[in-house]
Amino acid sequence: MSKALDSTDRAILNALQGGFPIADRPFAIAAAELGLTEPDLIARLRSLLDDGVATRFGPLFNAEAMGGALTLAAISVPEERFEEVAALVNAHPEVAHNYRRCHAFNMWFVVACERPEQVRRVLEEIERESGLPIIDLPKEEEFFLELKLTA
Amino acid sequence: MDAVDRRLIEATQGGLPLVPEPYRAVGEAIGLEGEEVERRLRRLLSEGVVRRIGLVPNHYALGYRANGMAVWDVADDKVGELGRRVGALEFVTHCYRRPRRLPNWPYNLFSMVHGKSRQEVEEKVARIATLLGSACGAHEVLYSEKILKKTGLRLGPREGE
Repeated sequence: MSKALDSTDRAILNALQGGFPIADRPFAIAAAELGLTEPDLIARLRSLLDDGVATRFGPLFNAEAMGGALTLAAISVPEERFEEVAALVNAHPEVAHNYRRCHAFNMWFVVACERPEQVRRVLEEIERESGLPIIDLPKEEEFFLELKLTA
Repeated sequence: MDAVDRRLIEATQGGLPLVPEPYRAVGEAIGLEGEEVERRLRRLLSEGVVRRIGLVPNHYALGYRANGMAVWDVADDKVGELGRRVGALEFVTHCYRRPRRLPNWPYNLFSMVHGKSRQEVEEKVARIATLLGSACGAHEVLYSEKILKKTGLRLGPREGE
């Protein structure tokens, strides 16, 4: 990541983490609110995505609202197998996120499925493929979820 | 959510096209008018199937280099009330109760804390510890070291298709 963010990039990041208009010319509407032209905003968004400052631009979905389910799972992976196991976990399209964390349980991933029974099946497959036990940590109660970061 | 909604989700789960009329472009790809794409997205948003539409920021790129998952072993009879109070702290972005998995995982409260540095995260974690007081036994902070994958929910073909 070589490019520094200027104040316009930050304004875009702060304004557009949600609430993007559902309208015929949504970029024109969002751009006007930011004091930018439509092509300017589109170009800036493209750069933010190309540079990896943002990882996606679009609708974010809630598996549970669709009747599906999610879980958080973790594995304690021996260091020499880390890349191999990361690859096999990531190969499952139901794995929405996967993070390495600094702990004996060093691989943490979210499985999100359209049908709840698929979650158990994906975890069982990963256990079988890796030969490693997984701890399954589904949410029992959600206290807060606000994904807005300040740029 | 019907079969057409599902096609719409599949067509947009990787992102919206960066063109002046993105909903019309999505519609063209799946055989819908732009108006119908917009109508369906508005409904999915009101149902909570779509949580929001916008940018997913990369924490590291925004300078939040320390991303700590602070986990706590909180007395079961207090975790509901305390979980709500921890979740209400302005620097906690997600907060959940999850099951313990003894013997190796004794924690039942998870809180995500982001900061520009580990020191900043540690200061915030200390404030959570103070809030939890004697209701909490052990705690740890698991910092993320690498994003291995971050695609979000992706629908695949239905079984049998």
